[in-house]
Amino acid sequence: MKGRRVTDDAKRSGFSRRSFLRGGAAGALSGGLTTGLLTGEAGAAAADSEATETVGPGPVDVELEVNGATHRLAVEPRVTLLDGLRHRLDVTGPKRVCDRGTCGACTVLEDGRPIYACSRLMIESAGRSITTVEGLGSPDAMHDVQQAFVDNDAQQCGFCTPGFVVATAALLARHPAPSEPEIEAGLGGNFCRCGTYKGIRAVVAGGKGGGVSGG
Amino acid sequence: MADYSWPEADRRAQIGARPARLDGPVKSTGFAKYPSDQNPRGLLAAKILTCPHAHARIVRIDTSAAEAMAGVRVVHVIQGEGSEIQWAGDEVAAVAAVTEDVARDALRAIQVDYEVLPHFVTEEDRDQAPGAREAGERAEGDPDAAFATAHRTVERTLGMPQMAHMCLEPHGQVCSWDGDELEVDASTQAVSTLAGQFATELGVPASQVRIRTEYMGGGFGSKFSPDRWGIVGAELARKAGAPVKLFLERDQEVTVAGSRPSAFARIRAAADEQGKLVAWDSDSWGSGGLPGTGQTPLPYVFSRLPNRRTRHTSVPTNLAGSRAWRAPNHPQACFLTMAVLDDLADELGLDPIDFLERNLDLTGRPDTYREQLGIAAEMASWKERWQPRGREREGAVQRGLGVSVHTWGGRGHSSNCDVTVHPDGAVEARIGSQDIGTGTRTIVAQVLAETFGLELHQVRVSLGDNVYPQSGPSGGSSTVGGVTASTRRAAQDALREVLVHVAPRLEAEPEQLLAEGGRVFVDGDSSRGVSWREAAAQIGGAPISVQGRNPGRGRLISSGVGGVQIAEVEVDIDTGVVHIERMIAVQDCGLIINRRLAESQVYGGLIMGVGYALYEEWIPDPVSGRLLNADMEFYKLAGLVDVGSLEVHMMTGPGYDERGVIGLGEPPVISPGAAISNAVANAIGVRVPYLPLTPDRVLDALAGRGGPA
Repeated sequence: MKGRRVTDDAKRSGFSRRSFLRGGAAGALSGGLTTGLLTGEAGAAAADSEATETVGPGPVDVELEVNGATHRLAVEPRVTLLDGLRHRLDVTGPKRVCDRGTCGACTVLEDGRPIYACSRLMIESAGRSITTVEGLGSPDAMHDVQQAFVDNDAQQCGFCTPGFVVATAALLARHPAPSEPEIEAGLGGNFCRCGTYKGIRAVVAGGKGGGVSGG
Repeated sequence: MADYSWPEADRRAQIGARPARLDGPVKSTGFAKYPSDQNPRGLLAAKILTCPHAHARIVRIDTSAAEAMAGVRVVHVIQGEGSEIQWAGDEVAAVAAVTEDVARDALRAIQVDYEVLPHFVTEEDRDQAPGAREAGERAEGDPDAAFATAHRTVERTLGMPQMAHMCLEPHGQVCSWDGDELEVDASTQAVSTLAGQFATELGVPASQVRIRTEYMGGGFGSKFSPDRWGIVGAELARKAGAPVKLFLERDQEVTVAGSRPSAFARIRAAADEQGKLVAWDSDSWGSGGLPGTGQTPLPYVFSRLPNRRTRHTSVPTNLAGSRAWRAPNHPQACFLTMAVLDDLADELGLDPIDFLERNLDLTGRPDTYREQLGIAAEMASWKERWQPRGREREGAVQRGLGVSVHTWGGRGHSSNCDVTVHPDGAVEARIGSQDIGTGTRTIVAQVLAETFGLELHQVRVSLGDNVYPQSGPSGGSSTVGGVTASTRRAAQDALREVLVHVAPRLEAEPEQLLAEGGRVFVDGDSSRGVSWREAAAQIGGAPISVQGRNPGRGRLISSGVGGVQIAEVEVDIDTGVVHIERMIAVQDCGLIINRRLAESQVYGGLIMGVGYALYEEWIPDPVSGRLLNADMEFYKLAGLVDVGSLEVHMMTGPGYDERGVIGLGEPPVISPGAAISNAVANAIGVRVPYLPLTPDRVLDALAGRGGPA
């Protein structure tokens, strides 16, 4: 299994923040393009072709910020961000359900943008800032969206809830009063099995303030 | 002798209120630690190797390469050479290693040679089934004579395939040994019964097995047993001398960890000129994988239909055995029955609600259904909006309305609850139940708070651990009745003991005292009272601890509910796509403890019902015998934007509350398949005979083809 391409200075010093800021350009390029990640990756690979090398399969040093705390650890390149968070950092809010980018239970914010943590390698998130559901608020000091999930009973078993909370917070941050297509784009990638969509609808309808309806 | 009852309606502070679920904040912040979130020190990760063939014999298994790999701690053969495998996904070997990735590497290094044997996985084709077993015929009255003289008869072949439970938290557990004491953090619906099952398999006393399930990510009837992976996980942990986490991968979860049996039937039903049902004949079959499946209760709800004959054939397949799926057998029976009755109503030229009403004497609760049909019709503006199937149609998008009725038991299970009142006024309940997402923790707290006249934050509930008094598994809508009855009895007894201590100080008899609003006072003279804290201080130095049991004295619970649902759909007859516009549910469940959580159960049932009506099915590949959709891309759940507008009406108040508490988890998931199928038939003018109502099936029906199931 081949690792991600990195620059020479990264090879010398591990996964430095600087190299990943350069790598970050690829991420930014890919983000928001319907043509997807491959376009951005290919562009970055072409631009960096003379300065890249392969890392792995052994552990690689990465540094990233999770919920405001900086972590430095050595992970194999194949470890997903989700598994790294859950197994290495004991950040278990994001849940592993489908493990292949369908259900949204692992949704986290990477530099403020919602992503599926199961579909990102941890080394790809090096140098970035990750916010999980735990980073949005705590039981004693809940984020407005978390409070609205409680008030509208938008949870039953609660296993999809962390992903839905993060995706909803991201949606409402961009669109405080989202249209139906914006709701579909923002929350269409999350699934619940117990059937809590009525409550989640009410959370979204309440907007960023996390209003209550039907409570 | 003490009597046990619920407070009168005008004295209820908590019962019937809408408090938010108590574990909402820990769940919505991700602070709730589920079994699969447990990461004890020294934890190993385990993975299971499964058989890729639907039917095979293991000829040779070689684990030596896996055992030699760095980071691998234990390799365990589950089914060795000579074993006959009966379904793809069956467990063959397991590995515990330092990380999941290493465990997966090790699985790939295990070499297994199979002798592949013939398999059968397509039960809709029952004539080809090698092991089909006829369950015999039951008849009542004279169906042949009744059909011969009937005014109208319809005959249909209908069916719905096997589908998955698809729990979001997969089945599994973390096992930790301390000497010969085992602790299991299990994702289970059965905290109090699991220990004995682990103990038997592992050869240790049940008293040395601790089960903990503070939170769990969904069961729906599939999580009552330790399962083979539970025992294997415990064995790996014992051999490794370290805790082992073993949760199924998603493809395993879909394939082996829970499915609902399929149900197919060729049905004839007939009515007389007054629109009264007079005859029924059904020939049903279905499969729950290798064990086949039992008879679906037909005709459903209208079970007093005269002149009926039923036959059933159980069809075993080379697929993993089915499990209880929310309201076992009822969604299938409901769809098969209500679709045929809906078609018969059309044949008679009757509005289906009118037709159902004419036949309610054939049901077990005609008055309930009549009232519910009226309310549901009103909510749907049925009279103004329903049109017969045979209307003129223009344009591609067609609207339709469909109705269905259902029933369920829901009596509370056996339950024991310890309630303790401390001298400082603290009140707590300990109960070996589990909160599987229904809100059990919250309703137990409401019963405590109600009984002692306290606020929810003043009481504490501990559950999800088998060190607490035995309470039944959470299945069949039995939990709410069980835990509220045991809690109420314990709480009423504990309160009486407190009142005996307080009475002298208030110069009253204990029977004259009430505990309400944080005070204990003389009934009729609230000025003669003390705060709850002062009252509790009278009990002396030791706490009062009382156990309550269900079943027991008093009229706290009962069983037997009815429900009516109406679906409104839009169908695009060019593409075959069905869109849910609106779902209406009218539901009875006796005395409601928490209105908000009760409504959530019904919304959840409707949403899950939309899933199996439109999207969900196991798709076995006849060639390989494997599921083609053991994932979440092609096994589709309903999403937020798929479920339309949802409206719930709970039957509550006089006439319902007196019945006591009745379970609610199952009933609302029963009718959606039938109501939605009937709405689609109403929209497009023909019956789509199979669920789920995928575009290809809708287009087949429109083209006059029954189409493959």
